[in-house]
Amino acid sequence: MDIKALYRDIVNEHNLHPSHKRDLASPTIVLQGVNPSCGDDINLQLEVKDGIIIDAAFNGSGCAVSQASADMMIDLIIGKSKEEALRLSESFMKMIRGTAAEEEKEELEEAASLEDVAHMPARVKCAVLGWRTMKECIDKLQSGISQG
Amino acid sequence: MNRYRKDFPILVGSDVIYFDNAATTQRPVQVMEAMRRFNDTCNANPMRGLYGWSIAATDAYEAARHTAAAFIGAEDDREIIFTRNATESLNLAAYTYGLDRLKENDEIVISVMEHHSNILPWQMVCRRTGAKLVYLEPDREGCLKEEEYRSKITDRTKIVSIGHVSNVMGVTNPVKELAALAHEKGAVLIADGAQAAPHMPVDVTKLGVDFYAFSGHKLLGPMGIGVLYGRKDLLEEMPPFLSGGEMIEYVDRQSATYAEIPHKFEAGTVNAQGAVGLKAAMEYLKDVGFDTVMETERKLTALLMEGLASLPFVTVYGSSDPEKHCGIVTFNIEGCHPHDVASVLDTERIAVRAGHHCAQPLMRFLDIHAAVRASLYFYNTEEEVERFVDAVGKVRKWLGY
Ligand SMILES: Cc1ncc(COP(=O)(O)O)c(C=O)c1O
Repeated sequence: MDIKALYRDIVNEHNLHPSHKRDLASPTIVLQGVNPSCGDDINLQLEVKDGIIIDAAFNGSGCAVSQASADMMIDLIIGKSKEEALRLSESFMKMIRGTAAEEEKEELEEAASLEDVAHMPARVKCAVLGWRTMKECIDKLQSGISQG
Repeated sequence: MNRYRKDFPILVGSDVIYFDNAATTQRPVQVMEAMRRFNDTCNANPMRGLYGWSIAATDAYEAARHTAAAFIGAEDDREIIFTRNATESLNLAAYTYGLDRLKENDEIVISVMEHHSNILPWQMVCRRTGAKLVYLEPDREGCLKEEEYRSKITDRTKIVSIGHVSNVMGVTNPVKELAALAHEKGAVLIADGAQAAPHMPVDVTKLGVDFYAFSGHKLLGPMGIGVLYGRKDLLEEMPPFLSGGEMIEYVDRQSATYAEIPHKFEAGTVNAQGAVGLKAAMEYLKDVGFDTVMETERKLTALLMEGLASLPFVTVYGSSDPEKHCGIVTFNIEGCHPHDVASVLDTERIAVRAGHHCAQPLMRFLDIHAAVRASLYFYNTEEEVERFVDAVGKVRKWLGY
């Protein structure tokens, strides 16, 4: 897709009117994700109960791609188990690397629209920031459990 | 129409507006031709061979040194050291002069406007020697005031290292005044000329600088060749930077004596073809003439700044006077991240830089994360500036406002 059209059809809406940009009242985990070179900075919050992400939100600032990607990701992972969320994050990374299968892309729903960002090396970091931070959150939760 | 564009194959027949000249400039056919001629007529390892091609390669390399010396007003060719780029030039000065001469409680003075290449080498010297890094603070327009530098350059100062022209604000720093003050205090002055040498006549002797660093690729030359000018008496006393072949006089099992300057600082096989390209680039620039370069940039910058000033939501950094920009115009559009701006401008075939411009301390000083930078050169045109301003005016719409 032409980049201008990608902004027009998808990115702008999530950037200017995000559904999930707020603070959670009682998050299970909060992690900051930053791209120092771009100044993208998101604060990702997950509420997890019985292994299910029952709510999620983000705050912070950054480019439209990083903000929209985090918003779309949260749309997708609310109601999913931690394992499913990790699998989706793996699919997203594969899509950006250009190695995802069609089914994997389909599962990503709207987030799959960022596929073309893969052709803009300087923007890849923006697109994966939310996903990378979400994976870190879950890894942290998992290691907490195994230690406890 | 701009009469120089025909010399730049990449620009001919292309509708790309190349406004990223502060990052690297385009190369004219004359430069490529000079390099091809070197390759096709005398490619051999310079300085080593006793046969014709090698002697011709050595001559070509040393002729480039002579041209570079004349280009910046150095009195002696031996004061020109070829490096890879401005970054290596500044590191050479830091690793040899800096580490050798500084000790605890000495001070190195730089400004908050420096490129990372003129910050990190001095942080390294300070870490290793216990010296202190002191920052000059400009005003909001990027101007360094006399009170400021008089209060920071003191008897403790041993090195003042300053960008001749800022790669973000485009402002020209008072290098001559700083050099005089540094000398009064017993310090040396190092100028980072990466953004100055391509845009204005530089005379290191008149400026009174002790070292001057710049890159060939920012002044029409090839990548991989740069220059460090150093005052002869200082270079002679400095230890070598890298060691190995070409920079020695005698070597025995445990020790060696070094070659004379400048070869003492040019270890290993040199980039002779690059130096030949740089020579051609400097000759091309001299033919164009810095009067033309500066006049064209001034006109285009004025047009560009006027255009941006007419757009709501656009903030331009640095001086309000186009004369003080050296063709560099850095700005932001309210509500639009610079990376998004650059991405949508790219769809209009406009090439600009977006980000922190390797000057994070300056970004913090300006209280921004990043910015968009348009940087012009004498081969750019008024039509390009008009198309650019028109596109910038549409960015907010493209980003959903
Ligand atoms: C002011 C300044 N100094 C140093 C450099 C480093 O130049 P190079 O990357 O060619 O070493 C640059 C280039 O970006 C610059 O703008």
